[in-house]
Amino acid sequence: MGLKETLLEIKSEAERQLHASNANLEELRIKYLGKKGELTSVLRGMGQLSPEERPAVGALANEIRSAIENEISEMKAEREKKLKALMLESEKIDVTMPAALPDVGHRHPLAQAQRELENIFLGMGFSIVEGPEVELDFYNFQALNMPEGHPARDTQDTFYVTDNILLRSQTSSVQIRTMEKKKPPIRIISPGRVYRSDNADATHSPVFHQCEGLVVDRGITMGDLRGTLLILARELFGKDTRIRFRPHHFPYTEPSAELDVSCFNCGGKGCSMCKGEGWIEILGCGMVHPNVLLGCGVDPDEFSGFAFGVGIERIAILKYHIDDMRLLYENDLRFLSQF
Amino acid sequence: MKLSINWCRDFTKIDSADKIDIKKFCDRMTDTGSKVETYEVLGGDIKNVKVAKIVKITPHPDSDHLLVCEMDCGEGTPRQIVTGAQNVFEGAIVPAAIPPATLPGGVKIKSGKLRGVPSDGMLCSIGELGLTSHDMPGNDNSGICILGEEFADKIGEDVLSALMLSDIVVDYEITPNRPDCLSVIGLAREASASFDIPCEVPAPTVEPMGDGDDVSNYVKVDIEAPDLCPRYCAKVVKNVKIAPSPLWMRMRLRAMGVRPINNIVDITNYVMLEYGQPMHAFDYKCLDGAHIHVRRAHDGEIYKSLDINAEDTPLISSMLVIADDNKPVALAGVMGGANSEITDETSLVVFESANFEGVSVRRTAKAMNIRTESSGRFEKGMDPETCMPALLRACELVNLLGAGDVVDGTVDIYPGKAERTVLPLEPEKINAFLGTDISADYMVSALRKLSFEVDTESEPAKICVPTWRADVKCMSDIAEEVIRMYGYNEIETTLPVIRMAEGGRTERQSFDEDLKSLLCGMGLWEAYTFSFISPKSYDMINLPKDLPVRNSVVISNPLGEDTSVMRTTAAPSMLEVLAHNQNHKNASAMMYEYATVYIPNGKDELPTEKKSLAIGMYGSGDFYRLKGICERVLGFAGVRDYSAFSTDGGGEFHPGRCAELRGVNMIGDETGVIYGTLGQIHPDVAKNYGLSGEIYLAELDVEAIYENRRMTHEFIHLPKYPSTSRDFSFICDEALEAGKIEALSRRVGGKLVERAYVFDVYHGEGIGKDKKSVSVRVVMRAPDRTLTDEEADKTAEKILSAMKNELGITIRGV
Repeated sequence: MGLKETLLEIKSEAERQLHASNANLEELRIKYLGKKGELTSVLRGMGQLSPEERPAVGALANEIRSAIENEISEMKAEREKKLKALMLESEKIDVTMPAALPDVGHRHPLAQAQRELENIFLGMGFSIVEGPEVELDFYNFQALNMPEGHPARDTQDTFYVTDNILLRSQTSSVQIRTMEKKKPPIRIISPGRVYRSDNADATHSPVFHQCEGLVVDRGITMGDLRGTLLILARELFGKDTRIRFRPHHFPYTEPSAELDVSCFNCGGKGCSMCKGEGWIEILGCGMVHPNVLLGCGVDPDEFSGFAFGVGIERIAILKYHIDDMRLLYENDLRFLSQF
Repeated sequence: MKLSINWCRDFTKIDSADKIDIKKFCDRMTDTGSKVETYEVLGGDIKNVKVAKIVKITPHPDSDHLLVCEMDCGEGTPRQIVTGAQNVFEGAIVPAAIPPATLPGGVKIKSGKLRGVPSDGMLCSIGELGLTSHDMPGNDNSGICILGEEFADKIGEDVLSALMLSDIVVDYEITPNRPDCLSVIGLAREASASFDIPCEVPAPTVEPMGDGDDVSNYVKVDIEAPDLCPRYCAKVVKNVKIAPSPLWMRMRLRAMGVRPINNIVDITNYVMLEYGQPMHAFDYKCLDGAHIHVRRAHDGEIYKSLDINAEDTPLISSMLVIADDNKPVALAGVMGGANSEITDETSLVVFESANFEGVSVRRTAKAMNIRTESSGRFEKGMDPETCMPALLRACELVNLLGAGDVVDGTVDIYPGKAERTVLPLEPEKINAFLGTDISADYMVSALRKLSFEVDTESEPAKICVPTWRADVKCMSDIAEEVIRMYGYNEIETTLPVIRMAEGGRTERQSFDEDLKSLLCGMGLWEAYTFSFISPKSYDMINLPKDLPVRNSVVISNPLGEDTSVMRTTAAPSMLEVLAHNQNHKNASAMMYEYATVYIPNGKDELPTEKKSLAIGMYGSGDFYRLKGICERVLGFAGVRDYSAFSTDGGGEFHPGRCAELRGVNMIGDETGVIYGTLGQIHPDVAKNYGLSGEIYLAELDVEAIYENRRMTHEFIHLPKYPSTSRDFSFICDEALEAGKIEALSRRVGGKLVERAYVFDVYHGEGIGKDKKSVSVRVVMRAPDRTLTDEEADKTAEKILSAMKNELGITIRGV
């Protein structure tokens, strides 16, 4: 048998063995292709050939070598692929099983409503100013154009500590504290707790939250107040929201108004939420009373300003459709987890 | 304030109650500044009830208590109605419901048979028509309403018109600056201006008696406290005949929610509703000395109001009384006295129409705890100019009702007559203020409709403010009058052009917000609780009696004891929150509150308000979880110089499971800063709140954390050389705190020690009773080289020898 025949035989034998079941690919690689392998030893006998025969046999030998090599590596890859598939199959899990949730808590709904208000005004360049909750009568009433004996004091049933110290009944006290310290331009909001001696029920709470707003500079108009509150209404309740001013009275603003927004539930057609009115009252506002400016050393002939006060509970209740204010202070997790 | 549309039409001819578009009326009134709360259509629930006459009564054949009435209902043919009432008689004029009829409460009346006898309707009692015996004197609910002979010519007429029951009553919210609108006339003026319909208030006329008698023969008035009584007017009525007032007056009072009493009392109420001016009527015979003194009360002087449940009450000298020579007969502007009340025997009456200073009336009413229609008006500031027309109106009504003879002459003492307010009309300023372009002509016409007199001849034009509009004092008030007529919603929306200023959150505000986000991110839910607590809360959390934290700001007029002191600790509120959740079967809870606490600073000073972070949990982790949360909070603020120290829990906490986080410096000495306390709540405290299981609570001082924050970041190069670590297991007494081993390792290890921490504690076999094995890992690193084993061992030996010398402990197995 010549070398050529031997080579062809090795090739067919190798292929047979490789395709046998349970073939050990690594052993076969060593058997045929290794340094002491069959193919190598055949090639060692090349010296016996005539120089004319050598190239042809050499080419054939290389061809057979690479064919076997390819076959082995392909088969190895195939086997690995199958093995991997088996492993992955065995690792299959039921993805519909419950998740292992990381613990996470939420901000209180009132905090969320307050933050929303804050962000609207921060975006307009306002700063946030806070003031004391236990407050002097002066800041809560007198400086707000409500001297002692003023009948409007009765509209805010107030908790007193002494004759002169009370729990603030409105965040408007911060208007005064701000204007005392800072000259116009002033552009602030002041969110915080306020107190009125109302027993807690579905619509009242002796503790609640307001967000006061104050803008004072030269040339501030009531149109500016309307424009600013229109932005507030649209940011809070949607871009199609309309606003309506109703004349009202607050001792510290003149003219004063209450602001209604078109009902965001029915768009103004009238529904149970707006009691068929199409409008929902959300806040009180007005042009800062000249007596208030004067008392803070701001000349009302030079400067004008507007102020507004919005109830944060009111916004939260409206936005989240909460029907009982007491829920906000019970802190039941079944309630809190809804927000 | 209620307004009867019928009554309003006496002064301005708005559409009548049966024609008016009431929704439109209310909307416009609201738009011009008189806010309508609601309205009620009176008589709307009565249909087909007629005035009828009982022609003949026959007994019912099958019943002892039923009567068969033959009725004349003005229909031409008689109608048979069976009734069970026993007060009927032949010839009686009664209201009869003619089927199909409707009565208040939705009762439907149909024809039927009563014990076999056909009944074609129903005779009505006052109650069935929604009336009371005050509305229809002489009737009660036990029988059929008997209408007087004056209804003889009204047979067949609908009771709605015959009894004047049809009206619309509009209920306004009147703001405290507009006491003039607490009257029919005031609201008629507003309606007139709003709808541009003229308003006429006729001057009351009282024909002189001319009998030579004069008020000076009866009474002399002295105002001894003119600062509290700017004006006092009075007239006397003799030959008074107390009787019910006529139907029209009773029905108007009823519509406005006032109960008719008798002619004299009804007149005072009628005038108060019409003019807004509170009136008072005294029984003259009770006035000692024919002399009225308007004076301050003597301290301790006794007064008894005419209220049915009133008791003798001592007065104080800041209160104003109306007195005769001997005694107070009324608390000025608040309420009359029992001693001078009008009775059925009254024959001589003094009508008072006076003006009292608002603050004084307000204080008196508050001190005496008597709030009346009268005090509510005076305290808002009434117009003294109204005293006289109101008084004359009362006398006009006396004559109209034939209730007595008005004695000629009038008392009018007027020490407090004020100048009229005159303001310039400044259209440019007003437009600049409102952001509008309203013409001066419009302004003038709007103001005139609102009864302001405007003199356009002068330059600038002069506005003379009506005497009843004491609330109008400056340009912005005039601007409001103009714009409420023009329309608030006609103002174009603009945005402020304002100079730039610093905006956005302050560093502290961002700190607070970010910290709250961190807490939520760690699985805690934010809670909001009331700022006031019960003083008993301090007992509930077992605080020692003398602890300063019990000293709280006390509310002088709390809603109740439970909400009577401002909290100095957030712990009680948090425990209540946990208890609420546990009671409602929430299996676990992790909550926080960013609570304000109020630390008193002395009686006349405002307290210090501080933020306290309360963290509460049950069913979700142990002490070390809570400690981890607290340390994360400190870590957020960059606070690293602190240690946890065990405490005895102070009553509030489990004595073996409570730590205080306190500041320590580099070498382990305390800095005096207390960051907070954390631990398991003492079982006794848990029990006080109805809590079961292990309850964990921490209270951190946010102010202390914020003050000691280190939140500026400076980059430190990442280590270039590897670290080396050594693990030691020490055998020590159970009582030795692992933290001490950690701290000592750090302290003696010096600069090379990067970290030293306990990673395992083992009890059990081979360790011995009351002993434990504490394993500490000490990680060492030098910034400029790889540490050699010799260097690491040297440090380790230093640590081991310090452990032996200072804590008396050695490593396991040695």
